[in-house]
Amino acid sequence: MLGEGMLKGLAETAENFAGSFVSKERMTTVQYPEERIAPIENTRDFPFLIFDGTDPLAGLRCVACQICEKECPPKCIYITKSTDKKPDFVGKPQNYPTRFDIDISVCMSCQICVEVCPFEAIKMDTQFELSTTDRFGGLLLDRDQLSRSNEYYNEIHPTEAAEVDARLAEEKVKAEAKAKAAAEAAAAKAAAAAAAPPAVTAPPKEPIAKEPGA
Amino acid sequence: MSATAFKSYRPPVIEPSEEGDELLEVAMGPHHPSTHGVFRMDVALDGERVVRLKPVFGYLHRNHEKIAETASYLASMPYTDRLDYFCSLTNNWAYALAVEKLAGFQVPERAEYIRVITAELTRIQNHASAIGFLTQEMGASGTPLMYAFREREKILDLFEELTGSRMMCNYMRFGGCRVELPKGWLERVQKVVDGLPKFIDETEALLTGNEILMARSQGVGILKPDLAVNAGITGPMLRATGVNYDIRKIDHYGIYDRFKFRVPLGDHGDIYDRYMIRVLEMRESVEILKQAIPDIPAGPIMDPKSKIRGFRPKVGEAYGRIEAPKGELGFYLISDGTGNPYRYRVRPPSLINLTVLEDMCLGQNVADVVLIFGSVDIVLGEVDR
Repeated sequence: MLGEGMLKGLAETAENFAGSFVSKERMTTVQYPEERIAPIENTRDFPFLIFDGTDPLAGLRCVACQICEKECPPKCIYITKSTDKKPDFVGKPQNYPTRFDIDISVCMSCQICVEVCPFEAIKMDTQFELSTTDRFGGLLLDRDQLSRSNEYYNEIHPTEAAEVDARLAEEKVKAEAKAKAAAEAAAAKAAAAAAAPPAVTAPPKEPIAKEPGA
Repeated sequence: MSATAFKSYRPPVIEPSEEGDELLEVAMGPHHPSTHGVFRMDVALDGERVVRLKPVFGYLHRNHEKIAETASYLASMPYTDRLDYFCSLTNNWAYALAVEKLAGFQVPERAEYIRVITAELTRIQNHASAIGFLTQEMGASGTPLMYAFREREKILDLFEELTGSRMMCNYMRFGGCRVELPKGWLERVQKVVDGLPKFIDETEALLTGNEILMARSQGVGILKPDLAVNAGITGPMLRATGVNYDIRKIDHYGIYDRFKFRVPLGDHGDIYDRYMIRVLEMRESVEILKQAIPDIPAGPIMDPKSKIRGFRPKVGEAYGRIEAPKGELGFYLISDGTGNPYRYRVRPPSLINLTVLEDMCLGQNVADVVLIFGSVDIVLGEVDR
C-alpha cells in the first residue's frame, strides 16, 4: 500500500514524542545557562601553570625550558627566560619565566604542551566561560593570570593530579636521599681528610668543597 | 572486471535539447546550506536538467601538509583531528599507523582494542549523522537528524570522558594511545552499544520503507562500478556499487582479522544503496563492538620504544591506510631522519569521492544534485585540507 512506509515512520515519531513526556532518557536537551550537566573529569580546554604552596612566583614549577614553546603546534606560547635562578621544589636552583604568555585565541586545546613538559608545570584547565569584549588583550593571558595552585589542579582533575603528586613526591624523596648521601659522603671525606696526617695539605680540599653545592 | 574497464574515461557530453536553447549557469555555493561547508558547484542547466557540473574546491585550504612538514611528528597529530572533524579518532589512527610503520613500533594488544572500539564508535556516529544530513536535504526537516544527534551525543560524551575533548580528540600516539581508560568507561560503552540496535531499528522504521525517500533516491545518482574503481572511489560509495573492497578485510590492519563481521554490498550504486549501506555498516560496527568490548586484555597501552620528546624516525618512507568511515584514509610520509617529515601527504577519501560528482549528476534534475552531493558524505575540512 502506498503510504505504508510513511505511516510507519510517523508512528515512530509519535512514539518518540509521547515518550519524551514519560521517559527521562528521551528528554536530552539541557537548558544551558540555568541547567548544567556535571563536569566530566578528563575534559580540557586551555593550559595553565601550576605553583606549589601559596606564593605564585616562588612556587612556580615552570623552569622556562621552552620545550612547550617549541612543540606547540599553533605556536601560541611566548616565554622569556630569567637571568637569575630560584630553587625549585627539590631545592635545586632553576631558571624561571619572567614572561609566560599564552594567546588563547590561537590555542587549539591539543594539550601537546602538557605532554612534552618534563616538570609537570603546565596542565589543562576546565574553565570554558571565557568570552570577553577585548578581542586581543583579553585573550592574551600572562604569567600571573595563568598561575593556579596545585590545590586547584587537584580539584578539577583529581585522578590525574593524584598521580602527578605521587610521582613528584617520589622524585623529591629520591633527590633528598641523593643530596643527603652526597652530603654524608662529603662530610666523611672531609672527616677523613681532617683525620689524615697533615703531610698532604692543599690538593684534596678543593673537590670536597665543591661537592655539597651539586 | 573486464580489461576495458580501465580505459581512460570521459564523461558523456549532453547537448541542449533543442536548437537555440540557452544554458543557464548557476553557481551553487559556496555559502549554501546544502554544501556542508564552503564548496561551490558551477552547474550548467538546460531547464531542470544538469548538463555540466564543475566542482570548485579549496575554500577551506589550511596548508595542512606544508605545516606538517615544518612541525614535529607529534605536532601534526592534533591537526589530523581537524581534517575530517566528524571522525577525529580514525584520522589519528591513520596517521599513527603511518608513523608506526616508519619507526617500526609495535602497538600493544590493549591499545589495539581501544583503537578498534573508538574507531567503530566513530563510524557509527559518522554514518548516523550522514544519514541525518541526507534526509534533511530531502526535506525531512530535522527529525531523523535530531534522532541521529541524540545518539551521537552519547558517543561524544564517551569520547570526552576518554580523551578530554568531544570532537578534537587527539588521542592516539605513535605506538599506542595517550591515556588509560577511565574507571567504568567500558561499562558505559557497553551500555551505549546495547542501546544502538534500537536506534538503528528506529532509523530504519522511520526511513527505509518511506515512499518519499525511495522516490527521491532510487535510481538517482547512479555510479557504475567500473567508473568507481577507475576513479579510486572508496568506502560506502564504492561498496554501494557492489565492489567488495573494505580495507579492514584486505589489510587486516590493527586486529581486525580477529573479529567476525560482514561487508555489506549494494546492487545499483544509487543514493538509496548508499543510505542502505550506511545503515548496514552501523549494524556490523555494533557487532564488532560487541566482540571487542568483552575481549579487551589488561596490559600497557604504549610501546616502550616510543618517546614523546625528540622523536626522530630513521630515513625511509611509509604509507599507512585505514578504512575511515568515508573511505580509504591514507597518510604517506617520507622521513629524512630529522624531527619533522620531509614529505607528508594525506589521501583524503572525501576529495577523491567527490571527483565523480559530475558523472553522477549529468542528466539529473538540479534538485537531485543536492541529494547526490549529500550522499557522497564529505567533510570540507578533509576535501580542502
